Amino acid sequence: MSIDVVLCVPSCEGPVRKAFDVTGVTPAVAATGRMNEITALEPADGFAGAVINAAVFPFTEAMNLCRQLRSRERGIGPIILLLDHYQLDDLTFREDLFDDFVVGPFDVSELATRLRHRLRRAGNESVAPRIEHGGLSMNLETYQASIAGRVMDLTYMEYELLRFLATNPHRVFTRETLLSRVWGYEYYGGARTVDVHVRRLRAKLGEEHAHLIQTVRSVGYKFGMNGDRTGD
Amino acid sequence: MVRMQDQAQYVLRTVEERGVRFVQLWFTDVLGRHKAFHVTPAELEDALDQGMTFDGSAIDGFSRTKESDVLARPDLTTFQLLPWYEEDAGVARVFCDIYNIDGSAFEGCPRQQLRRVLAGAREQGYTFFVAPEIEYFYFEDLDTTRVPRPIDQGSYFDLLPDDTASQLRRRTVLTLEEMGIGVEHAQHEDAPGQHEIDLRYTDALTMADTVMSVRHVVKELARQHGVAASFMPKPLAHVQGSGMHTHLSLWRDEANAFIGDGPYGLSEVATKFIAGLVHHAPEITAITNQWVNSYKRLVPGAEAPVDAEWARYDAAALVRVPSVKPGRVDSTRVEYRSPDPAANPYLAFAVILAAGLRGVSGNYELPPEGARTAPLPQSLAQAVDLMEHSELMHETLGEHQVEWFLRNKRAEWDAYRGQVTAFELERYLPLL
Repeated sequence: MSIDVVLCVPSCEGPVRKAFDVTGVTPAVAATGRMNEITALEPADGFAGAVINAAVFPFTEAMNLCRQLRSRERGIGPIILLLDHYQLDDLTFREDLFDDFVVGPFDVSELATRLRHRLRRAGNESVAPRIEHGGLSMNLETYQASIAGRVMDLTYMEYELLRFLATNPHRVFTRETLLSRVWGYEYYGGARTVDVHVRRLRAKLGEEHAHLIQTVRSVGYKFGMNGDRTGD
Repeated sequence: MVRMQDQAQYVLRTVEERGVRFVQLWFTDVLGRHKAFHVTPAELEDALDQGMTFDGSAIDGFSRTKESDVLARPDLTTFQLLPWYEEDAGVARVFCDIYNIDGSAFEGCPRQQLRRVLAGAREQGYTFFVAPEIEYFYFEDLDTTRVPRPIDQGSYFDLLPDDTASQLRRRTVLTLEEMGIGVEHAQHEDAPGQHEIDLRYTDALTMADTVMSVRHVVKELARQHGVAASFMPKPLAHVQGSGMHTHLSLWRDEANAFIGDGPYGLSEVATKFIAGLVHHAPEITAITNQWVNSYKRLVPGAEAPVDAEWARYDAAALVRVPSVKPGRVDSTRVEYRSPDPAANPYLAFAVILAAGLRGVSGNYELPPEGARTAPLPQSLAQAVDLMEHSELMHETLGEHQVEWFLRNKRAEWDAYRGQVTAFELERYLPLL
């Protein structure tokens, strides 16, 4: 996944900058809050969210910006407002314009936690809070998977492997790719570990659904049923 | 990327989501007996974080003279819900490794000993895969005052009407599959009440865990059906005993290292491995067959091995080279046939691998097919003597374990040899 870029208006300094550093999120700073400036900064896959510092920005302008970002055709992700304490009352009846707020003086770890939390929730909501495919349902927030309504009890690695395969349906992965993408290091079972985990998953999927993970002879594995190429 | 925190997070979240009430922390003593702590979800986070401290002197093979406290640390990759408990009152298990309080691996922990032997193999470029065939009996009960009564009168591969035993075996297989344990097949075995479950191969550590799980599941489900299961090697005198024939293969660079142009499509690595097994078999038998009763199974005429010998077809050979189906060369393997299902699977796989690898590193020459190079020990006493003088066993298991094991097994033998059996009374009392 690419690194998240978050719009930051009108500046990104001091504790705000530190919070971005801690979170590992890249800020894109727009000094004016004009839409054409913002669009020019936007990465190809869009912003992951926006942090608008209403404490150093005229409040009504900040609210207008929120409104504009919200009504854009292209989503902006979660909007986090930074405020002075005295501005809290002004938020009344404007709750729809932002997703979260932090009151100054800004604490780096609070800011970082809120940023991470909002981005994570938003990521799950916009990408896929659930994976649904051929009777398989995975809730990525609660780590629970079920097949045809029956809950599957998975070990962590089984869950991670199934999640990886199911998020990339109809794509063939070699054992080595799966090992490096899912396990991420030279696991001592080697690529046979993948076979062992696929077998375990098939056993847990049950005979009727075992074919959801297909063996592609002398290549590797792919997820999905033949003839339903919906998620390609 | 696998990170400890992610795994712990996964475990804690699953416990929460599935309403798990207890988590069993499983571990194994030197004799392969299944032990467990039961922790509540509230205690779980601490247990995952720091492990559970306990007094090791209470557990066989864990006792030492000085420090007796040890630490059980969960291996989070093995966290698994147990499918036979009710929804909303779930119970999960996780296997533990035992450490000393200072954080070093505890020398009496079989799971860590297997890890060590596997790591040694890995340094030589090999990963070790095993697939056991586990035999056991279903009896009406475990009343020890009379001869046990099998719950069916079937025999090898019999297809019986849908009786308790068949239902039970089927339910057991389904439960194992729900736990992610791949079953190749299950069948009725030769003797009445005797059944067999053949497992799909995995790496040896996973398989040792699996054998522990299978023994537990088989016994638990039998209990639920009002009968009893036993992995005792020879519970009935005049029928065959229960073995754990184990299929072995070594892999190197993602290829089966046993495939080659030698006899029966075997590589040099394979023939040397077999030579190692045959050569060291007598000294490792104390581990693969660790009870007085184990040696009642290893008798002539019962399709059980009595000599160190390898062959392709002989059903009584110690090491067999199964034929490989055309187009399935990857399944090239050897079958080691002496172990019984009452062995400690961690130690059994460790010594089997060590014996085979010794053949590879020492360039052992394969004896002729069918040549009986040495007898297997005929009793626990003989087996233990062979173990005592085996440099391979001392090196593989460590002094702590060998010393404890010898002491424990000699005590078992002494208790046994003081018995006056029905055989003796029947044969000698009227005569002498």
